[in-house]
Amino acid sequence: MSAKLSMDKLSIGCVAPPGGSVINHTGAWRSQRPVFKHVACIGCRACELACPEGCVFENPEKKHTVEKLKAREMADRDFDPDYCKGCGMCASECPAQDIDMVREEK
Amino acid sequence: MGKPEILEGAMAVAHAVARCRPEVIAAYPITPQTHISEELSTIVADGELDAEFVKVESEFGAASVVLGASAAGARAYTATSSQGLMLMAEVLWNMAGMRLPVVLACANRSISAPLSIWCDHQDAESIRDSGVIQIYAEDAQEAVDQHVIAFKVAEDRRVLLPMMVNLDGFLLTHVFEPVELPDQDLCDSFLGKYEALYKLDVNNPMSFGCFTEPDKCMEGRWMIHDAQLRSLSVIEEVSANFAKVFGRTSGGLLEEYKSKDAETILVAKGSICGTIKDVVDELRDKGQKVGLVRIKTFRPFPRQALVAALKGAKRIAVIEKGGSFGAGGIMTPEIKDALYDTGARIPVSGFCVQLGGREIAADGIKEIIRRVAKGEQVAYEYFGLKQAILPDLVPSD
Repeated sequence: MSAKLSMDKLSIGCVAPPGGSVINHTGAWRSQRPVFKHVACIGCRACELACPEGCVFENPEKKHTVEKLKAREMADRDFDPDYCKGCGMCASECPAQDIDMVREEK
Repeated sequence: MGKPEILEGAMAVAHAVARCRPEVIAAYPITPQTHISEELSTIVADGELDAEFVKVESEFGAASVVLGASAAGARAYTATSSQGLMLMAEVLWNMAGMRLPVVLACANRSISAPLSIWCDHQDAESIRDSGVIQIYAEDAQEAVDQHVIAFKVAEDRRVLLPMMVNLDGFLLTHVFEPVELPDQDLCDSFLGKYEALYKLDVNNPMSFGCFTEPDKCMEGRWMIHDAQLRSLSVIEEVSANFAKVFGRTSGGLLEEYKSKDAETILVAKGSICGTIKDVVDELRDKGQKVGLVRIKTFRPFPRQALVAALKGAKRIAVIEKGGSFGAGGIMTPEIKDALYDTGARIPVSGFCVQLGGREIAADGIKEIIRRVAKGEQVAYEYFGLKQAILPDLVPSD
């Protein structure tokens, strides 16, 4: 019926296959980025749930710096800079005020 | 050929639409469109047309339903007027960008405020830039035939754009005229079944009108412009085929009425052209070289065809039923723009008439012709403005 849809070329009607939000690196919009202080984190994962882009996650490659998290075998928080728009919802929702939003500067 | 019946314009349109076999219809009542959707809902309820008639809460809902239906691969139809078209506006731009060949009718009516239910073209002209193809009927027969043409043009793979048939509110929707409805078998063979280029499918998910970053959005918009321009020749081709099959020249870009050798050419669209033709006939009998160029297709703008039709004129008067507040006319500057490239410096005047259904009649048209023929040129004038009923325009208290 129709040509195979791709992300690289436009189609008539700009019809796209699923996964478009992965291709579009909306992190370029960011003016602030979250800094996970890892001082008072209680491992509640409210930041992960609050993130509208689903780009806050547990990064096992990072150190286990917080005692409370070590006990729960949880690694440090991290965010995906390709998709984080810097909305600050993670920082706003954190019950331990353990996330700061800082200005994105080169 | 079938035999003409005496039908109300809106009723005739409804029966013509039914013969195009839309699979989904959604509409919300608004004067003067209501008779179209009312009659279509009756046709569906009576089992004469196998379609879903979706009752909606607003014109935004109606437009959204037919957008979704079209994306799911169905032939879809809606009709509206005035404020209803305003409410549809956002969805219409999306239909054009998603390249969905929805057909809709606009029973042209003034936009509030001041509140008026009567006819002018400001509703349709305000979505001029949306990417929706716009054609205008002069009489009920044309409104009927242009719906068949609209489905064929809109669904053509070279076009794939929504298409709006304009018929003047009350002047065409509510008058009884002899109308020949298109024969069902001819309609079926002329239109065929609509096969969508892409359609929503749970087993093959896709999204229409996807998000684009600045590196792709401009190309997405350009494709609408490109399809609009390409539709010019498709409208001509489909209209010629329609004439062969049905025996009527209801489509096309323009009608040139006694304008070939005319010194004064009027340009207009819609039902007012009937009155203008009577005036042209009368003045021709008296030896005046007057003619009419009727715009049938307004978007895409038939630039080349207009230049060819107008280049021999000594003066042009554009009769508008709308305008752009703070600028002037809608068609007048576009016609000047088209003529500019030819190097010709034909005086073009713009006259705004019939806003909110104001009567003009033959005498008003004659007055306009008399004024331009003696050398007067106006950029844009609200013709026949009643100064006596205006308040102090800068109130002191």
